[in-house]
Amino acid sequence: MNPTGYFLDHLWLIPLFPLATAALMLFFGKRLPKIGVSVLCVGSVGLSFIYGVGAVSQLLAADPERRVAQQILFEWLTPGAMQISGGHLVRFVADWGFLLDPLSAVMVLVVTGVGFLIHVYSVGYMGHEGGYYRFFGYMNLFMFAMLTLVLANNLLLMFVGWEGVGLCSYLLIGFYFLKKSASDAGKKAFIVNRIGDAGFLLGLLLTAVTLGTIRFTAAGLPESAGYSGILQSLESAVHAGTLAYGAPVLTAIALLLFVGAAGKSAQIPLYVWLPDAMEGPTPVSALIHAATMVTAGVYMVVRMSAVYQLAPFALDVVAVIGAVTAVFAASMALVQNDIKKILAYSTISQLGYMFLALGVGAFAAGIFHLMTHAFFKALLFLGAGSVIHAMSGEQDLRKMGGLWNKIPTTARTFLIATLAISGVFPFAGFFSKDEILGRAIDRYFFLWLIGFITAGMTAFYMFRLFFLAFSGYSRADEHAEKHVHESPPSMTVPLMILAGLSIVGGWIGWPGSLGGENRFERFLEPVLAGAVTETGAVKFAHHGLAKEYFLMVLSLAIAGAGIWLAYQFYRTKRIAPELVAAKWPRVYDLLLYKYYVDELYDKLVVNRVKDLGTWLGVFDAKVIDGLGVDGTGWLMRYASKISMWWDKWVIDGLLNLVAKLTQLFSYPVRLLQTGKFSNYAMLILVGLAVLLAYYGRHMHTLLRAVH
Amino acid sequence: MDFFAHHLLSVILYTPLVGALLLLFVPRESEGAHRVVGNLFGVLGFLVSLPLLRWFKPGWSGFAFEENTAWIPSIGARYHLGVDGISLLLVMLTTFLGMIAILSSWSAIKQRQKEYYILLLLLQTGMIGVFVSLDFFLFYVFWEVMLVPMYFLIGVWGSDRRLYAAIKFFLYTLAGSVVMLLAILALYFYAPAADGTRTFDVPTLLAAAQTFSDPLKVWLFWGFFFAFAIKVPMFPFHTWLPDAHTEAPTAGSVILAGVLLKMGTYGFIRFSLPLLPADAAMRAKIIHIVIVLSLIGIIYGAIVSLMQKDMKRLIAYSSVSHLGFCTLGIFALNPNGLAGSVLQQINHGISTGALFLIVGVLYERRHTRLISEFGGLATPMPNFAAIYLIISLSSLGMPLLNGFIGEFTILQGAFQVSKAWAAWGSLGVVLGAAYLLWLYQRVMFGPVTQFANEELPDLNLREYATLVPLVILAFWIGIYPKPFFAYIERPVQRIVEQVNPRFYQAERTQAPTAEIPAVAAETK
Repeated sequence: MNPTGYFLDHLWLIPLFPLATAALMLFFGKRLPKIGVSVLCVGSVGLSFIYGVGAVSQLLAADPERRVAQQILFEWLTPGAMQISGGHLVRFVADWGFLLDPLSAVMVLVVTGVGFLIHVYSVGYMGHEGGYYRFFGYMNLFMFAMLTLVLANNLLLMFVGWEGVGLCSYLLIGFYFLKKSASDAGKKAFIVNRIGDAGFLLGLLLTAVTLGTIRFTAAGLPESAGYSGILQSLESAVHAGTLAYGAPVLTAIALLLFVGAAGKSAQIPLYVWLPDAMEGPTPVSALIHAATMVTAGVYMVVRMSAVYQLAPFALDVVAVIGAVTAVFAASMALVQNDIKKILAYSTISQLGYMFLALGVGAFAAGIFHLMTHAFFKALLFLGAGSVIHAMSGEQDLRKMGGLWNKIPTTARTFLIATLAISGVFPFAGFFSKDEILGRAIDRYFFLWLIGFITAGMTAFYMFRLFFLAFSGYSRADEHAEKHVHESPPSMTVPLMILAGLSIVGGWIGWPGSLGGENRFERFLEPVLAGAVTETGAVKFAHHGLAKEYFLMVLSLAIAGAGIWLAYQFYRTKRIAPELVAAKWPRVYDLLLYKYYVDELYDKLVVNRVKDLGTWLGVFDAKVIDGLGVDGTGWLMRYASKISMWWDKWVIDGLLNLVAKLTQLFSYPVRLLQTGKFSNYAMLILVGLAVLLAYYGRHMHTLLRAVH
Repeated sequence: MDFFAHHLLSVILYTPLVGALLLLFVPRESEGAHRVVGNLFGVLGFLVSLPLLRWFKPGWSGFAFEENTAWIPSIGARYHLGVDGISLLLVMLTTFLGMIAILSSWSAIKQRQKEYYILLLLLQTGMIGVFVSLDFFLFYVFWEVMLVPMYFLIGVWGSDRRLYAAIKFFLYTLAGSVVMLLAILALYFYAPAADGTRTFDVPTLLAAAQTFSDPLKVWLFWGFFFAFAIKVPMFPFHTWLPDAHTEAPTAGSVILAGVLLKMGTYGFIRFSLPLLPADAAMRAKIIHIVIVLSLIGIIYGAIVSLMQKDMKRLIAYSSVSHLGFCTLGIFALNPNGLAGSVLQQINHGISTGALFLIVGVLYERRHTRLISEFGGLATPMPNFAAIYLIISLSSLGMPLLNGFIGEFTILQGAFQVSKAWAAWGSLGVVLGAAYLLWLYQRVMFGPVTQFANEELPDLNLREYATLVPLVILAFWIGIYPKPFFAYIERPVQRIVEQVNPRFYQAERTQAPTAEIPAVAAETK
């Protein structure tokens, strides 16, 4: 049975609700009362969530292999005939169309669900801030863009959402635009993302000219109309032998798209914008820079998994970048003191984990971790927000402490999230992290090792944060100390719901080894089947139960070790962190100053481009304009001087010479002009005589002629 | 009505001229009357051009609304007007931006209003004439006529270095035109004269040029090239632009960026492409040169604008970058590149026109264009901040706004020819975000740093009236560009068939695409 129903026919409403309220806010928000803003903006996201749940349940009603619903609203971009490789012409079309399959179903639920909770939380958190309507307008606009991104049925419409979320991120990071650091961070995020976007665009174009289409799949569209899709084109190209496993062009597509993913999902070398992005209000960090937007790269790679499965080299690159990013970011999180910065590096690290999963071909595991991470990382950020709220805006861990009983709900939910991210059984993170590590070891041992070490570091820095904030004595200044208070219910209720999800959220992927059936992976399977199963897409050996148990025990042990170490450092203080830092000052500084990567980028790239700009500006003024244009002008003037000289001395000179000569000759002639009759009469006589003398011998002929 | 229908282009062409003539009879003393009449004819000029959109059938690939009568029979010059989908959009852009430019002068121009509006209307006629002329003689007349009012607009109503800028603009453009005149005369004399009469008719001469030898075509190509390259302007012929833009009054900059530059790209499409030699090697060489200049323009313009201190100069250099995209698309010689280029010309008119209006808004309030004089304006001017942001995003190619559609389609066209071209072009996309957002940050964000900026009034009704239509158009093209593509699809296809027949041949000679059914099915 094909999926049908009211909600599936109205997929387009899911992104439209938040768009409508966003527009309303940005046009009339100023005139609306706060309560109106809250109801409209939170309500529209809630409505999207309801429509999302409705659509997904209708999708689930269909047989597993038929769970695809696709609708095309209109043809969006129609620039005419395009020549694809091999010389064929196709009519290039980018639809405005939506696709709901198990993959986008997961994303829609995560985005609208977590998004809704964060919106509710924001009502409390942002209640005292100026620009309330503007904040919610941007947040709703973000929901629109993010939902467009996950529901898009083609790469270009996905790019619309992709850029849209980037824009909202820019606007929300720079929400406190009076602060220079905030607007700097927003700009940095946008520009770094743009570098990734250039890769995305080129990957998109290469897909278009290679496969002739950018629609993900033709499934779910009426067959008679002859729609094309990447999946189908890939299938037939492989069957026809024009493309094969490991084809360079597929590798190129995969790598280019991954450049885009690395930008959006903050992977090496484009991760630098995410820590700075913490300048935004905390709910923004939770929604955009932890739970949803930054996972867009992961989603995109999974969406294009059919191509990646045929590009083994690209997959390896993804895996290595992911693993290295995971451990690199985790190392920086070890020593930071800003509560949000730690969470930011942790996010980068966890995103690295997801890419590690994708790189080893465990696409479902990557999405699984994306989902559980959305729960516990949103919770961590919101919890951190609640802490900051309680501490009157303080973000420095060194000025916290002893909050466990003062803000009990926040503290307890935060503990749950910390356990979840550390991978402790049976919290959500355990299942997804374990799945990834299990898959990694099948592929490359060293990748597993990196992931394994990262897991230990994660447990350490998260519990370091937890102990520093909640245990021991308060190190806060008096003013903050006096005002410590638990947050209002609008903030704590979302915390509690997310805490619940951080516990049970992983159970949906309960592995077979522990008596489950990993329903999550089963659910996603039809989407990830790839274009051609037999061509050598990454296959997994089913390893024995013993090995699986062993791995599980190992990951639990390293998590435990990390927690124990943090406990000794920051709770019992048996080991003084300061002494460790003093022992290896170089290492400590390197970590604290984030490997000086920002400084390096500034020195190597940013300042060089600016220098180039200055230099080219001078070149433009002095060489092109000065030498070229003004030089031509000078030449012209010089030429005109020469020609003036020529005119004056040669042309005119010749003329004057003639005149002068004429004048000269006139002197003797003038002597004759006496004006006396007698002189003239004499001259006439003389002349007559000369004439007669000269013509005399001809005279007789002359006279004869007269006769 | 019948007369109107048969002489639609003439009506569009001369409506501004009639306005200018009428203004001659408005006494200088009647304060304010000039701008009312000027605006009236600005709006009227736009209104009479609207039937073009309505009556033009997107399926038409040839010239429509033609008027063709004898003009100077002794030399064979005719009064021949006509538009295809490409020039139609450019005419619409001209009348639309013209209307807005006139409106934007309402309070900005206080001296010599009478002359100002007369010149602005004259300019309008000159520009429309360039786009609708199908006779080389007529074309050249309009091409040069348009220089004069612009010269005075910059030279009289400009800012400090106006005389330098005006003369530079005039001489620079004139230098190019003279070479073009030679090329036109060469075309005129080399074309076989049927029954002894020569002609300046554009379609006839360009058809005749197809029989010319390749070396001759190359000479003719470069002859036209200089005139158009200066007008566009392409690197390294661009240095008149920053000066002219910076010194011109707001309306002048809007028209200059919005319309005047498009005369160059239009010329490339209409006149230069058919003069490309048939020989593959010669052709490849020419295209290589032009493309490299375009790519340099894209990146060079972007990098130079990054470090400008004057807002108008920054935007002027950004035009060099954007127009580089337009020429890149044209010389990709395929439907995507050309269609994208035409659309991007319209987009650039909208976005950059609006950016100049925005600088104009600030200039009228503060009488400076230096970036360092501003900062934190989002606080006193929130609505201005919103519109300025949208315009910046449209210019830097944010999806769902117009710029993206053009840039993407151009890159798509370029990508089909050479992946390297597209890769270099995409670098311009990255830099575009950098200079525009940095400018925005320095002007709008942060605390208000200057006392004079603290109480700046937000946009007034008239300023809304100039900016909002552009914002709406930017969204329209970004969200639903299909109608725009519909106008240019057929003419573009005709041009590609004519100048790059191999593009379609590749398809015809190949076997039906049986092995990739999904792809073939898309070729409706």
